[in-house]
Amino acid sequence: MSLRNRENGKRDDRLTRRGLILFGGQAAFAGVLGLRLRYLQVNQADQFRLLAEENRINIQLLPPARGLIFDRNGVPIAENSQNYRVVIVREQAGDVKAVLDALSGIIPIGEQQRAALLQQITRHPAFVPVTIAEHLSWEQVAAVSANAPALPGIAAQVGLSRHYPLGRDFAHIAGYVGPVSDYDLSRIDDQDPLLQIPKFQIGKNGVEKKIERSLRGFSGTRRIEVNAVGRVMREIDRKEGHPGANVRLTVDQHLQNYLLARLDGTSASAAVMDIRNGELRAIGSAPGFDPNKFVRGISVADYSELTENPFRPLANKSVQGTYPPGSTFKMMVALAALKAGLITTDEKITCPGHYDLGDQRFHCWKRGGHGRIDLHNSLKQSCDVYYYELAQRVGIERISAMARQFGLGMRHDLPLNGIAAGLMPTKAWKNEVIGEPWRIGDTLNAAIGQGFVLASPIQLAIMAARLASGRAVVPKLLKSIDGVETSVAPAPPLDISQDALDAVRAGMFAVSNERGGTAYSKRIAAKEMRLAGKTGTSQVRRITKAERARGVIRNEDLPWERRDHALFVAYAPFDAPRFAVSVIIEHGGGGSRFAAPVARDILLEALYDGAPPPEAYPASQRTRIRNERHKLDLRSPPGDTT
Amino acid sequence: MSYLVHRVHSAPSGLSKVLALNWALIVLIIAVAAIGILMLYSVAGGSFEPWAAAQAKRFAVGFVLMLIVGFIPLFFWRNIAGLVYTIALFLLIGVEFFGDTGMGAQRWIDLGFLRLQPSELMKIALVMVLAAYYDWIEQPKVSRPVWVLVPLLLIAVPMLLVLKQPDLGTALLLGLGGTTMMFLAGVSWLYFAAAGISLGGLITAVILSRGTTWQILKDYQYRRIDTFLDPASDPLGAGYHITQSKIALGSGGWDGRGFMQGTQSRLNFLPEKQTDFIFTTLAEELGFVGGVSLLLLYVLIVLFCVVSGFGNRDRFGALLTLGIATTFFLFFAVNMSMVMGMAPVVGVPLPLVSYGGTAMLVLLIGFGLVQSAHIHRPR
Repeated sequence: MSLRNRENGKRDDRLTRRGLILFGGQAAFAGVLGLRLRYLQVNQADQFRLLAEENRINIQLLPPARGLIFDRNGVPIAENSQNYRVVIVREQAGDVKAVLDALSGIIPIGEQQRAALLQQITRHPAFVPVTIAEHLSWEQVAAVSANAPALPGIAAQVGLSRHYPLGRDFAHIAGYVGPVSDYDLSRIDDQDPLLQIPKFQIGKNGVEKKIERSLRGFSGTRRIEVNAVGRVMREIDRKEGHPGANVRLTVDQHLQNYLLARLDGTSASAAVMDIRNGELRAIGSAPGFDPNKFVRGISVADYSELTENPFRPLANKSVQGTYPPGSTFKMMVALAALKAGLITTDEKITCPGHYDLGDQRFHCWKRGGHGRIDLHNSLKQSCDVYYYELAQRVGIERISAMARQFGLGMRHDLPLNGIAAGLMPTKAWKNEVIGEPWRIGDTLNAAIGQGFVLASPIQLAIMAARLASGRAVVPKLLKSIDGVETSVAPAPPLDISQDALDAVRAGMFAVSNERGGTAYSKRIAAKEMRLAGKTGTSQVRRITKAERARGVIRNEDLPWERRDHALFVAYAPFDAPRFAVSVIIEHGGGGSRFAAPVARDILLEALYDGAPPPEAYPASQRTRIRNERHKLDLRSPPGDTT
Repeated sequence: MSYLVHRVHSAPSGLSKVLALNWALIVLIIAVAAIGILMLYSVAGGSFEPWAAAQAKRFAVGFVLMLIVGFIPLFFWRNIAGLVYTIALFLLIGVEFFGDTGMGAQRWIDLGFLRLQPSELMKIALVMVLAAYYDWIEQPKVSRPVWVLVPLLLIAVPMLLVLKQPDLGTALLLGLGGTTMMFLAGVSWLYFAAAGISLGGLITAVILSRGTTWQILKDYQYRRIDTFLDPASDPLGAGYHITQSKIALGSGGWDGRGFMQGTQSRLNFLPEKQTDFIFTTLAEELGFVGGVSLLLLYVLIVLFCVVSGFGNRDRFGALLTLGIATTFFLFFAVNMSMVMGMAPVVGVPLPLVSYGGTAMLVLLIGFGLVQSAHIHRPR
């Protein structure tokens, strides 16, 4: 745009006229603004003052008391214990450093802790109480209270914190609580405002985690008036929340305690199930750990001690661990063959000590062989060759299908973490996952519970319970929530003939009650309590031809992690089954020698609901067993504590 | 070069220009800026950081800039008006492509030392170019359709660009500012009547287009209009700004809670307390007396500009002065209406008081132009 020069001085009147109109309008609008301001600030001032006051009313959450967890008889497993702590209020303390010095005579305060405290105290407004120490003993609190005049600004307070009185015994079942983390918040879809409270405790593991919503309860609120700097002036009103639901487990704390004491020193797991209703009376994984350490914030040293322990104390092996079931799997093979009609209870198979498949040789555990052997004796003596032959006849598909009927190879719904499904292989599975075709050798390995077959201790207990009852019993861990019994549908019968079941049961009975049975020496002597069971010894290493020729190395001479797993599954009493049990001792050695006595003792403890009478044991063992029992690290019964 | 041949009669030159400055205006501007810095000091809880000190520096720079612009002869500004407008327009197009996105809208070009908001620059550039335009065309042509179309385009193009950012407040200011220039220049009433009717049509279209694929405004802009009409409907959501702002204002009462005693702004109940909503802090702490005083200072600034403009026989100088006065008026009128719940929240700062760099600089440059017109007016 090119601009022309023009002489100054030419202006029309129109500009002035329009300007007057425009700026008259602007002046008028400015007047309106002034009037509006007057209206808001003078006429309505009182109303807005009130609203401004409302801006100063805070709503505070009142966290509900967390629901308690009890055992089946009402013994507390997780409780809210009083947590004594000492706080300091700066504006009342005056000389903070002097007060801290005086206090350190009663409660030790480290140099570092002291520096951190001083920083914290100065950072908060003068009226905010700052926690100096938590989890104090009653003596310490009493001492602080007694010295109150010398400790201005120091106050003892009591709060609630989660406590697990039974410690190790229920670490894997009850789990533990811990402060809610950003990770938790990102993972769970929960709008509960409680989760926004810093350090609010939520379930991190086990039952505490799985039924978090029931245990947590619902928050109450209180409205408080704060002044301009946030100091609480008064409470206006309060709405109470609902405390969390109390939960009762099916577990018996005494049996649980016995079970863990019995497994002490090993890396092992065991489960006891009530056959009639599926209630888990005890389910333990050894070694355990103290969940209370996690509540208070576990130290790095303690935590690495747990994670570096080769016995894996943090893992709940009873549901998370999967193992080759070894010979305890033979009942499944036998039932599959009986159901398919490929064997009768009378038919005998010859065991020369090995079974040849092409150029491969599969060995029986007994080098010389069992000779001609029928179903009953094959279970009683745990002959491997008999089951190689059976498996060869029925094939893996029917074996796995049978095992699934008995609860193997599937995830059972329990309020516990990381429940494993185990594995009941099929041809399609191997093709898909491993990418190789199924071989007959795989079937033979599966026949004796080795190879691809994997089961967890809880699954083996379920298998035993289903064998005993002939019904699809389902495990149950929660007895009642808030006093309401959790319902269980009656278990449907299994698709298997009574004769087949009876034959297998008789074989299991022979294992521990007939001379020559693999667990005869670990029998129950009391007639009305006799058990039926099956031993298992599962290999975790391959025995080479050369080693077999030289003689198989004994377990005791192998490093721990290469020894066999020892297994035992059982139920009792044989005539009127009440409890099923499974025991797995990782790298424990032979099942009959190491797992069977543990399983028997646990069963007896459950059957007699406490220490069994000496008559329950074979006469020759009574003295030894009584002595051993005294050595067990058992907790004195509740009420007995001094 | 044509502008070099321009002859100036009896205009002051050299140091005598200092005496010819509109000193009343300068004193008023300093007073308002001082109030702004004090309020920023208070909002920060009695601290020069992070806002008051920065604001004071910017004002110092802007103030010097104002004097420099004022001392440069007016014909220079008239002759480069078109150039300034063109640059501002290109910068506006530039933010479309190179702009930083702040608060969901593209508004800045980062020059390293300054985050330039071309839309702010355009407010002054538009006034300049329109003043130059109406100075240039023959008086009788003003109302002829072709000669009306040119300024309409000059207004509409930047306005649409700003609307697209989207910045409703600035678009509104540009539109109103430009229209005012046309009105002052003497464009026939009939055009304004027609514009009023079509504006009514546009508003209808905006409302009707909501929720359809050719929706004219963004969702948040619709929500702001909603909450303006009924702020109580969503007091913790979109209506929060308006409700909290009215509470803070109203609770100030006649004489306020006292300097630095405001609870609402201090406790962070208020959003954007240092920028668009700073008037609420002032009104809460200094009360009706303080609020009206600031309003009075603003009105006086406009008044001194208007007096200067009416007394200027140079058409460009007069139009420029009155145009900048109007722009300034629109700033505080829209901002105050907004915080007092009389207009939707549209993001217009309180002139010379709100924290913010470009707005302050551009306003002071505008006042520099007013000074230039004042000093170099024909006598």
